[in-house]
Amino acid sequence: MHCTINGNRTEMVIDPRTSLLDFLRDHLGLTGTKKGCNQGACGACTVLVDGERINACLAFAVQYQGRSITTVEGLSRGGALHPLQQAFIKHDGFQCGYCTPGQLCSAIAMANEIERGIPSFVTKNLSTETALLDHDELRERMSGNLCRCGAYNGIVEAISETFAKEPA
Amino acid sequence: MNPFDYLQADNASNAVKLASAAAAGKYLGGGTNLVDLMRETVERPDTLVDVTDLSRRIEARPDGSVMIGAAVKNTALAADRTVRRNFPLLSRAILAGASGQIRNMATVGGNILQRTRCTYFYDEASRCNKRDPGRGCDAIDGFNRYHAILGASPSCVATHPSDMCVALAALDAIVHLEGPEGVRMLKLVDLHRLPGGRPDIETELRPHELITDVELPALSFAARSTYRKVRDRASYAFALVSVAAALDLGDDGNVKDVRVALGGVAHKPWRALKMEAALRGRAATEVNFRAAAEGELSDAAGLRDNAFNRTRQADDRCRPR
Repeated sequence: MHCTINGNRTEMVIDPRTSLLDFLRDHLGLTGTKKGCNQGACGACTVLVDGERINACLAFAVQYQGRSITTVEGLSRGGALHPLQQAFIKHDGFQCGYCTPGQLCSAIAMANEIERGIPSFVTKNLSTETALLDHDELRERMSGNLCRCGAYNGIVEAISETFAKEPA
Repeated sequence: MNPFDYLQADNASNAVKLASAAAAGKYLGGGTNLVDLMRETVERPDTLVDVTDLSRRIEARPDGSVMIGAAVKNTALAADRTVRRNFPLLSRAILAGASGQIRNMATVGGNILQRTRCTYFYDEASRCNKRDPGRGCDAIDGFNRYHAILGASPSCVATHPSDMCVALAALDAIVHLEGPEGVRMLKLVDLHRLPGGRPDIETELRPHELITDVELPALSFAARSTYRKVRDRASYAFALVSVAAALDLGDDGNVKDVRVALGGVAHKPWRALKMEAALRGRAATEVNFRAAAEGELSDAAGLRDNAFNRTRQADDRCRPR
């Protein structure tokens, strides 16, 4: 049993009760992914599975064997931060930083969902092929990631600057 | 969390065999509710049969009906082109629920079988007839803003939390099942039960029956449909009340046909048959919509914190858009 984590093939020798979140943090020492509520309400544990965002706290790790998982530790390229990470620094997209790894992974997958034309609750016309990343869309699509410090304005600015065609 | 065996099934028959062979087997979809329930020890299966590799097909048929595999993810169903064009109320209902992350994990079958979010059900220190039959209910006299106004009983005032199911109820969706005794079909509106004296028995499913597919019968006027939801914050919250509605309007301005279902108000997705009957053939006016809504809610009973839902329901349905 194995999976791929941040490009590295990783053996999984685990009790089936182990969540993907605990597997990453406690078994692999990848503590970038955070445990907030541990019940799918806060989004701090958001990771990417084959490019799609999920809550690692609600996932049994055994369900993800054979899949490719990306955590915040896997976002940089050749020692350079991901453009979204740079934008979070520039726009002060955090205070304590606890929600930041989840915000980053979530926003990267969200931009991909927009590219694939996946609608949201605030998308006015469901028949349009392309979804826009305007202010309302961005806030609706990121609603699964809470920030107890309330750094939302900086978070929105950073995501908007990185992914939106026009400022949100 | 109690220890369990994890098994994977590659087809429905195999899944039923594996689950039936266990003392306390359960099917595992995306896990977005079951993992939480197991962590709280509300659910204690000894075996989980992973059914996420079963059908993920969305098949639009020539007759206008759609077959949806039970393992289709919520995101995939909401984004499906046919569903968006021909059944927008279903797409909008799914998008009104949960978060992007959870919709990526959750399956159609699991969404239907998710359990109430009544906080007393999750809290082992509280009395709950659903979790512990006969013990009593702490919600009836407790914090019950999210609780039922229709079809409740002295045993249980919990609500079914799904948004998707409200649209499926309005669409007369048919649930395809496979169990140890073979295959059968149930209408979605007949799948969930009202609580009565046994709120612990939530569905008409027989032991180890598995949802394999959900069928949407053709409905031409479903293209003119939508889903509206009232909640305590703008996004990512369960419904205080929601409405899935489809309207077939004649050239004379009269209602030729209509489908209405309500969410957040009962132990099951609530198909508003009285309201539909009151509207068919009548002029599509605010007065008639309001009277039909009041008729549907004539039996509604509020608790301490949720009586507002009765008026909210009528107001929302009737407000011109």
